[in-house]
Amino acid sequence: MAVTAVALAWLRNLFAVVMLSGIFTLTAAVVYVVMDAVDVAFTEAAVGAGIATVLMLGSLVLTTAEEKVQPRRAIAPLAMVVLTGAILVYGTLDMPLYGDPSAPAHGHVAPRYIRDSGREVGPPNIVTSVLASYRGYDTLGEVFVIFTAAAGVIVLMGRGRRFRGRAKRDAKDS
Amino acid sequence: MSHIVVLRVVAKLLIPVILLFALYVQFHGDFGPGGGFQAGVIFGSGFILYALIFGTAVARRAVPAGLTRITLAAGVLLYGGVGVAGIVLGGNYLDYSVLADDALTGQHLGITLIEFGVGLTVASAMITIFYVFAGQDRGPESPEQ
Repeated sequence: MAVTAVALAWLRNLFAVVMLSGIFTLTAAVVYVVMDAVDVAFTEAAVGAGIATVLMLGSLVLTTAEEKVQPRRAIAPLAMVVLTGAILVYGTLDMPLYGDPSAPAHGHVAPRYIRDSGREVGPPNIVTSVLASYRGYDTLGEVFVIFTAAAGVIVLMGRGRRFRGRAKRDAKDS
Repeated sequence: MSHIVVLRVVAKLLIPVILLFALYVQFHGDFGPGGGFQAGVIFGSGFILYALIFGTAVARRAVPAGLTRITLAAGVLLYGGVGVAGIVLGGNYLDYSVLADDALTGQHLGITLIEFGVGLTVASAMITIFYVFAGQDRGPESPEQ
């Protein structure tokens, strides 16, 4: 993943960048499978590698496939990114080890979900019962996020036919 | 891209399988990994594949852009409506236990319904965004011609 990320930053050909970001996402999905988070991996593969790549390719068609070369070196942004990354890594030092049974995440409501969800909600997949039933509000919020995203795209970029209509009008005028 | 025979044949074989798999993920989410989000994305990507290979004009005939906008809102409304139905039947918002006589059946019904709402919204959002992007195709260049 690290190699892919460096290559992503290095490459100028945006088509290759889109393909590499798809590979990056797929690798992340494999990591999630290894960590037994199958639902997350599934979403990552479908959303990240599937839809995101297609939408990126769609926007490549609208723009260009080559990145514009910037003449000056970007020292300040690089320093900012390194600093933020260092802070994030420092933050992970406080997190419990992966698979640590005494981690706070396992001591709070998780045992109750595992023990009672079969009796209270029913589905054998506990992830589904947590997402859809115990955390119904959260999922509702996520659906609204998706809805807002699509509505925003419609508002910002029009109904998809406006440009063609305008082009036709321009052709008629000239 | 519609002139490439291999692509067309493979896509014709694959798309029904992709859409069927999306439905499987949608309704099998209770038992295995998956659910509305993933199913919606898979359904949307299957449809986008169709639009990429056979052209957006054909795809727009199959699923008009107006229809995806309606289903986009319908999914959110279905989710919210299930919550309101919980209130009407005497429970809390998004409490599915009161939807049927038996709490477990109610939970099952509620989860199935809201997952369907999620899938509907996600799939229509993907298709809508793709339509908007694809519709701009000749946008920037044509005024200069």
